[in-house]
Amino acid sequence: MELTRRDAIILGAGALVAAGLPLSASAAGEDLIAAFTGGAELGEGGITLTAPEIAENGNTVPIEVDAPGAAEIMVLALGNPTPPVATFKFGPLSASRAASTRIRLAGTQEVVAIAKMEDGTFAKASSTVKVTIGGCGG
Amino acid sequence: MISRRDFLQTSMAASAILGASSFGNWGRLAAQQALTQDQLLQFDTFGNVSLIHVTDIHAQMKPIFFREPSINLGVGENKGAVPHITGADFRKLYGIDDGSASHYALTAGDFAALAQGYGRVGGLDRVATVINAIRAERPDALLLDGGDTWHGSYTCYHTQGQDMVNVMNALKPDAMTFHWEFTLGSERVNEIVEGLPFAALGQNIFDAEWDEPAELFPPYEFFERGGVKIAVIGQAFPYMPIANPGWMFPEYAFGIRDENMQEIVDEVRAEGAELVVVLSHNGFDVDKKMAGIVTGIDVILSGHTHDALPEPVLVGETVIVASGSNGKFVSRVDLDVQNGRMMGFRHKLIPIFSDVIAPDPEVAAVIDAERAPYMEQLTEVIGQTDSLLFRRGNFNGTWDDLICDALLSEREADIALSPGVRWGPSILPGQDITREDIWNVTSMTYPQAYRTEMTGEFLHVVLEDVADNLFNPDPYYQQGGDMVRTGGLGYRIDVTKPQGERITEMTLLSTGEKIDAAKTYQVAGWASVNEGTEGPAIWDVVESYIRKQGTVSITPNDSVQVVDA
Repeated sequence: MELTRRDAIILGAGALVAAGLPLSASAAGEDLIAAFTGGAELGEGGITLTAPEIAENGNTVPIEVDAPGAAEIMVLALGNPTPPVATFKFGPLSASRAASTRIRLAGTQEVVAIAKMEDGTFAKASSTVKVTIGGCGG
Repeated sequence: MISRRDFLQTSMAASAILGASSFGNWGRLAAQQALTQDQLLQFDTFGNVSLIHVTDIHAQMKPIFFREPSINLGVGENKGAVPHITGADFRKLYGIDDGSASHYALTAGDFAALAQGYGRVGGLDRVATVINAIRAERPDALLLDGGDTWHGSYTCYHTQGQDMVNVMNALKPDAMTFHWEFTLGSERVNEIVEGLPFAALGQNIFDAEWDEPAELFPPYEFFERGGVKIAVIGQAFPYMPIANPGWMFPEYAFGIRDENMQEIVDEVRAEGAELVVVLSHNGFDVDKKMAGIVTGIDVILSGHTHDALPEPVLVGETVIVASGSNGKFVSRVDLDVQNGRMMGFRHKLIPIFSDVIAPDPEVAAVIDAERAPYMEQLTEVIGQTDSLLFRRGNFNGTWDDLICDALLSEREADIALSPGVRWGPSILPGQDITREDIWNVTSMTYPQAYRTEMTGEFLHVVLEDVADNLFNPDPYYQQGGDMVRTGGLGYRIDVTKPQGERITEMTLLSTGEKIDAAKTYQVAGWASVNEGTEGPAIWDVVESYIRKQGTVSITPNDSVQVVDA
């Protein structure tokens, strides 16, 4: 097997729990978040989600999540037919609690990242990524 | 103790007063003969650093006419803010008299009449004279080129940008950033950049495969000028692979990347930069937003949206300078930097009146040498115009009306689409239209005039998509062009609505019928970003149409109804 950089990033970040739950797109986001947090309140701050404002290619959109002190980070693409993208888990010895990968987006939508901190609190960050047909710049 | 902020404001106030003897004064001169080169260049050298900014020249080496927009709507927080103020409101804001030289240079009204009096603008030989005059007063002034330089003319196309490279090299810039240059294809861009005698900068130019900074384009360059350590950071156009054909430069990725910009600013500060200048091709509203997010930038030299502002805009402690397009203006910014802090600035937007500013003979010779092999093709008269032909404005301009008419007629289509680009000089009523004139508004490396079928529903999606690139209330989601121009199709647009709700009442003008979402229409257009687009080159389509017309007359276009309340 050839180890790609993408694989290396994921391995380096921690174990990737593959997504792909068979849920319908509508309302799935809130249910998924509730399932992840157990209904706990979501704080703002403490987690950074870096994503392009406009995707250069909706089929491969680079994103990065960074949440110091996180035990897990769940990433959702709320507008995809299957919103769950990935859940990154970090062991207590993980030097950095950050991961980067590329995701596929079906259209303009909100990408959400939720971190479960080691102290049991949750933090959320979100970013709208626009997928456009493009055309004409000045 | 006076704070840095006070210093900036004091300096602003002082320059507003000084404006009476610089900007304001030439604005009040009644006629062109009263203008002199000395007045245009008059500047009391200030502080210890001078920046010279040119941007968005679009390969216009010779003097041209260039009409500024009469409509340039801002949305969200930028509604009613510069540069989204035009015409009489713009003149009132800056105290410009009607009929004055600055009226002609900076606004659209009475353009054809004023152009007769004040003449052509721009010309890189005149720009060279201005640069040399500034260097005479401040020999180590930095000359910074904001990009969109190696694109936009017959000779630029046929030399793959080499004509502009040679002429710009004669001006001796210190650094440059990029946009349309990449449409030469990455192989050609790489070839030119590897041989450039100055810095090719872009903190947001990344390797697409690895998402790491591209080696050929460093993020910044240090300069030691006037005893000041200056960092110039490049910011290329963020949305190149979206607004232009990404398949022409697949190795590169861009984006705004303001988090990386902050890291770079912090890095250069840590390395001792006393002045941080961003040479940007973001577009004005994007630069304003970025200035509010990234801390530590002293000056943003803003390009891409072609705005010409006679005063800088301040966001916090960041000064944003907009220097127009097509070689029409040069900005000079003098700065006083003491103990690692910018303590004040003085600025002037210098309009290049080509009949007032003497051409620099050395650069004029370089320009003529570049054009000489092509003079026969350039100067061939294709037709005449009865109407003012211009491009700028959020919606249809007369040049694009003419191009759309050519597409409808030559490609036998129901509807024509022409891209909302902001480059391309104007032609006065009564003037000949030469081949060079046609190329000045059409030249590009993906010129195929396609003909295709689109359903009414898809046409609506296209218009909504482009409208959101222009009128999304968040500047970071704007790409900086204007609305796609339509021929044979009228519509109503409410710029305050969200995507999907802005465009209504789409009408097929030939019959007056409403566009049917399910029906298929024949659509002709050009400048598709899709690989493999087929059709004749747009300049051939337009040339053929103008030849048949002999003299073109553009009837006023009221097919787009705009709501912005």
